[in-house]
Amino acid sequence: MDGEELTEQETALYDRQIRVWGADAQRRLSKSHILVYGMKGTVAEFCKNIVLAGVGSLTLVDDRAVTEDALSSNFLIPPNENVYAGKTLAELCCNSLKEFNPMVRVSVEKGDLSRFGGDFFDKFDIVIVSCCTRMTKKLINEKCRKLSKRVAFYTVDCRDYCGEIFVDLQKYIYTKKKLDENNQPTTVECELQYPSFQESISVPWRKLPRRVSKLYFAMRVIESFEEAEGRNPGEISMEDLPAVLKLKKELCEAQSMNESHIPNALLERLVMGKREFPPVCAIIGGILGQEVIKAISGKGDPLQNFFFFDAMDGKGVIEDISPPNV
Amino acid sequence: MASLHHSSAVKAAKVLMVGAGGIGCELLKTLALSGFQDIHIIDMDTIEVSNLNRQFLFRQSHVGQSKAMVARDAVLRFRPNISITPYHANVKDSDFNVEFFKQFNVVLNGLDNLEARRHVNRLCLAAEVPLVESGTTGFLGQVTVHAKGKTECYECQPKPAPKTYPVCTITSTPSKFVHCIVWAKDLLFAKLFGDKNQENDLNVRSSDASNSPENGEDVFERRDNENIEQYGRRIYDHVFGYNIEVALSNQETWKNRNRPKPIYSRDVLPGKLNHQNGNVDKSCATDDLSSVSTMASLGLKNPQDEIGNLSFDKDDQLAVEFVTAAANIRAASFGIPLHSLFEAKGIAGNIVHAVATTNAVVAGLIVIEAIKSPLSLEINTHHSKLRDFVEKIVKAELGMNSPIIMHGVTLLYEVGDDLEEDMIANYTANLEKVLSELPSSVIGGTMLTVEDLQQELTCNIYIKHREEFDEEKEPDGMVLSGWTQAPLEKKDDNKKLVGNGGSTSTALPTEGQKEVELVEISEETEISGKKRKQPGISGDETNNHNEIQKLDVVDDGEDDLVILDQCDIDKKKKKRLQ
Repeated sequence: MDGEELTEQETALYDRQIRVWGADAQRRLSKSHILVYGMKGTVAEFCKNIVLAGVGSLTLVDDRAVTEDALSSNFLIPPNENVYAGKTLAELCCNSLKEFNPMVRVSVEKGDLSRFGGDFFDKFDIVIVSCCTRMTKKLINEKCRKLSKRVAFYTVDCRDYCGEIFVDLQKYIYTKKKLDENNQPTTVECELQYPSFQESISVPWRKLPRRVSKLYFAMRVIESFEEAEGRNPGEISMEDLPAVLKLKKELCEAQSMNESHIPNALLERLVMGKREFPPVCAIIGGILGQEVIKAISGKGDPLQNFFFFDAMDGKGVIEDISPPNV
Repeated sequence: MASLHHSSAVKAAKVLMVGAGGIGCELLKTLALSGFQDIHIIDMDTIEVSNLNRQFLFRQSHVGQSKAMVARDAVLRFRPNISITPYHANVKDSDFNVEFFKQFNVVLNGLDNLEARRHVNRLCLAAEVPLVESGTTGFLGQVTVHAKGKTECYECQPKPAPKTYPVCTITSTPSKFVHCIVWAKDLLFAKLFGDKNQENDLNVRSSDASNSPENGEDVFERRDNENIEQYGRRIYDHVFGYNIEVALSNQETWKNRNRPKPIYSRDVLPGKLNHQNGNVDKSCATDDLSSVSTMASLGLKNPQDEIGNLSFDKDDQLAVEFVTAAANIRAASFGIPLHSLFEAKGIAGNIVHAVATTNAVVAGLIVIEAIKSPLSLEINTHHSKLRDFVEKIVKAELGMNSPIIMHGVTLLYEVGDDLEEDMIANYTANLEKVLSELPSSVIGGTMLTVEDLQQELTCNIYIKHREEFDEEKEPDGMVLSGWTQAPLEKKDDNKKLVGNGGSTSTALPTEGQKEVELVEISEETEISGKKRKQPGISGDETNNHNEIQKLDVVDDGEDDLVILDQCDIDKKKKKRLQ
């Protein structure tokens, strides 16, 4: 038995999931290192999922203090003020997450993520950012892309009853089982090319198919507003609505798109929906968890490259928003 | 905006969860976070190590304890002020009768077997309580809503029966590994370690009408002068050697089949058996799949008399090893490919493969459906006029500007630029009529559809007739409750409520099914389009896929993430009155 094999403890604990994705995938999981930024409800769900899955390590970054909003949708935070006073969101979540699986190394990193250099990100296989400005998303995405090893990059944001996931696996090669002409199982190699976040959102809106989820555009409007006003992500309220609608109009004009394409009602929901909706956190956190497991194990068609969900109509949609040459 | 999870309907709701396992843990957590404050939960199981990869409310130290109780304690840690009532009991107990079920607004199932699901379904129908059903296995998950009078019940769609095999296939002519497992588990293991008096087909031969033991002696009875090792070898020779020879003697059986090979212990065993503390080891098959002559030393834990009544338990390692070895020897005899301990355990134990993420997603969907009780309006249909409904409910509460109001195919009212004179006259007249006297009478039990095309908002409102209203608390004589996209603020005259985008999904007059399908095929399965079942996995986790409709994403084989649209009304077509 070489050191690569799963221990008896791991086999017993992971029995049910090994039956799903195999022992080889489980081994890869145990060697993977994940970095997460922005400990909101959805991200808490995601962290729970991958800790249970048995990744090698999980590093949390979020220096913010506990707020009412955080308590409302993040089940990792003990609601007792005596316990949470003086601790950051990352520290509190770290303590809770460790309990889910003692075999996973969960730790906290302090500081401004956008200031960390490439050598910091090099320690990880997967980077997830949430509660970020557009600028920060781009910045961190670029740092990941500059590294020689492939660091997968994801963004996740939930507002009101909606959720958005973005995936950048750069150049991703994986194998799939298929049946050949004689109905015999065979493996084929697949290669996917992903655009960066910057490249993706730069695709002119009028070039996108009409049926592309309106949530994509609405999120970009909100993002633009927060950037223009120098706001922290989510720092937006009812009073901003007129300005947001005005900005929408301007953006649509600039993009030669009919402004009625982005419903005002949807923008209003996103502006006013400060808190996350726990069922959406569970759904998005679950899907994101599964995407990361796919990427680490190299098994399964990964999502390319945006995912949207709206609890109002129950639709989950994958959109491929890529420049033509990708 | 009145956020949905602080709505009074959610706060006041009393919810029953059946099952505190994979789905249950995720569900309880999400319900608590979503504002539910009175949750009851039934589960008869205790916690096992293999649960811990996904039932995250449990810890290693909880193994052996009641799932319902521990789940409750864990959730109270982050929501200390809600009420969770656990029942460590079987939902089929008589305590959980119709009266019990009637106290709940909705029942949420997180079960793992068909029998219990059927039972709960019937109780919900009898109690007239809506049921949200769900199930997961691997990456597949499903949620369906069953509301009496509005949708079909859980049993309206036929469910596949668990797989069974003909007796002679098991006793005489196995062709698949699973047949060997069933033989090893239900026949050999049962005969050796189970109830002595239980009927057992082990010695049944397809051609032999007589079932009586040879020489009037029970082969499986240990003889007085026999030690464990001798007994073991004798049984081995009997089932793998002698029985096969006897079967071979009937030429008919083997005309079109491969003939099995008898295997005797002297051929495969090394000089001596392994002993451990005086107890003879059970046999353990190696994982060497290529070796036909599997090295096996058959032994017994204890003679049958002392045990008496052992039944196969997948968590009993020795039992699993025994069954695996026996099955593999039999497989070797019949030329069937051998299987590893891991694989055999899965088949013998009917193990359902499971991960945390699927359960989390399904739980999220369950809660969304639980919250979506349809909009209903309490109103006196003999006193209130259509005008009141339009002004106070449709415009003020729902925030619609240009509403269209329909009862079935009949247009009762609409606002628009291009309306003809006679239609305008019609609508004006309707406004002044009380609901029950409208051209299409609106009374208790009526479902009205209210739409604003510009806002892309559609609502179905279920009308409940009520005679009296409190003049102070309910001055309008109308009470609207349920899920809506528009915030149900008590209207402030200056505040204009804007309708929200996206379509509504309230409970439907006909089918109320929402399905989310995360499709993943594990390594062993073949892919061709939209397939599923993993071979060798039996058990009740089969999902009913009849209602699957549009797929937004094309699946090109393994591991697709596919989210389905609701197979229902997104937008009702506008029907004009002729």
